[in-house]
Amino acid sequence: MDWLEPFRYSFMVDAMLIGALVGTVCAVLSCYLVLKGWSLMGDAISHAVLPGVVGAYLLGLPLAVGAFVTGLLCATATGWVKANTRIKEDTVMGIIFTGLFALGLVMFTKVQTDVHLNHILFGNILGIERSSKIQTLVAAILTLAIVLTLRRDLLLYCFDPTHARTIGLNTQVLYYLLLALLAGTIVAALQAVGILLVVAMLITPGCIAHLLTDRFDRMLIVAALSSIFSCVAGVYVSFFLDAAPGASMVLVQALLFALAFVFAPRHGLIASRRVRG
Amino acid sequence: MSDDSTPLSIEVTDVTVAYTNGNVALRDTTFSLHSGTVCALVGVNGSGKSTLFKVIMGFLKPAKGTVSIGGRPVKEAQKRNLVAYVPQSEEVDWTFPVSVWDVVMMGRYGSMNFLRIPREEDRRIVKESLERVGMSEFKDRQIGELSGGQKKRVFLARALAQRGRIMLLDEPFTGVDVKTETAIIDLLEELREDGHIILVSTHNLGSVPEFCDRVVLVNRTVLASGPTAQIFTEENLAKAFGGVLRHFKFDHTDLPGSARNEVLLLSDDERPLLLGHDGAPKRSGVGTKTGPLVEDSRK
Repeated sequence: MDWLEPFRYSFMVDAMLIGALVGTVCAVLSCYLVLKGWSLMGDAISHAVLPGVVGAYLLGLPLAVGAFVTGLLCATATGWVKANTRIKEDTVMGIIFTGLFALGLVMFTKVQTDVHLNHILFGNILGIERSSKIQTLVAAILTLAIVLTLRRDLLLYCFDPTHARTIGLNTQVLYYLLLALLAGTIVAALQAVGILLVVAMLITPGCIAHLLTDRFDRMLIVAALSSIFSCVAGVYVSFFLDAAPGASMVLVQALLFALAFVFAPRHGLIASRRVRG
Repeated sequence: MSDDSTPLSIEVTDVTVAYTNGNVALRDTTFSLHSGTVCALVGVNGSGKSTLFKVIMGFLKPAKGTVSIGGRPVKEAQKRNLVAYVPQSEEVDWTFPVSVWDVVMMGRYGSMNFLRIPREEDRRIVKESLERVGMSEFKDRQIGELSGGQKKRVFLARALAQRGRIMLLDEPFTGVDVKTETAIIDLLEELREDGHIILVSTHNLGSVPEFCDRVVLVNRTVLASGPTAQIFTEENLAKAFGGVLRHFKFDHTDLPGSARNEVLLLSDDERPLLLGHDGAPKRSGVGTKTGPLVEDSRK
């Protein structure tokens, strides 16, 4: 078997590069989501983008724009309903995102599109069209630049919003900014791994890094490295397994998490057993 | 940065706060504090202590009345980094990947530019603040690796680093060892000398006369406020705590007919352990109080 064969196809190399970029953005965001306890929010927004994608197709807009709008709509609608009922936030979110996702599925079957439903649900990293590739690049680079510039404010907001407010930071703006960045990240990852698996990309790298580090800046780096490795290795492995690349990437990530969970030097299963025992 | 020359004050005038569900948390609340005071905010759970904090921090807008800090609206005090808040330990996620140094540096964010890159001065202030609370040697620890007392001191150092001349402390003595409690009290007294205004919410009644020169008693409004000696009376406390306060009266009068020598013990939630003269535990036999209860220590 020729181990270098995948690198001889330009679509494979392209997929690995896009995977690495998307993986980096997702990893950086995942650090905030994990620490803030927003994993379900990531799941919700990723499902809620479906009607936006179909709607944007109907209106002839870039799919990313539609996805961004319904993603944010889901988050703000959740906040509004929660503020006006006795029902708890995670429950409200569950209803709204599944509702929007279902709406997207119904819309999809009624509309003749040249977009494959499978590509949106599971990603299509090997065959991204030029225009989608540009959307992915713009969303990824923009999101990454904003998060890294404001990383300290966002961290303070996640860690201690009360203190953030007393020193005059606008926490309302930071809340919506973090939501918008999350939506932007999902848009960037849509083509690579699809709606259903993007949540893994948005949670796992941050969890791996949280198990391995005790400083936030190091957490960002470890998350990004583990995510880049997973994406490149996932695409590579999928070539030999003839499996879906998106799913392979997520699977590699899950394996890395399992390793970190057991072997992490301080917060892993073995280390904490040793301390206790 | 705060300007040390302006006289400092908090004026809460006729403030009423209602939540969206219609509950009135505070009604017609009025009190004022001036430079150089450690003031206890005392009341039962749900009496509006935290609401009052939120109003002073500008998180809640009063439906009626005004709050001013140094004669200016709260928003402006916020911009000038005047108010520092020391949270309860339960409010903090201790697994967060931040070090002691990182947390204290967050106190400086308000006076940095938007990239929050620390300057030499910020580092110096953080270092000084850590020294002042005796936490310098722990500066590289992840915050979860600290004891209860050390955790508290980190957040005090952050408030110091912020250079806020008004400090709000939420239950600073819960989960804290005696040594830290003394250290915190010493620090608060130093800050009082420097002209700070310190407002401490607590239901640790016993420690209040030890370090607070003023008291504000709240129960959905300010029941009484002023110097501790005048305000901390049995009558006022009974008003603030209603039926919740436990009373234990110890009568040490030596001989029948001699001058009475009684000690009254008040406690808001915990039931103290009473030992008889034979060293055996006595049943205090006290439920929540309906009338003052006399524990007769003579046989």
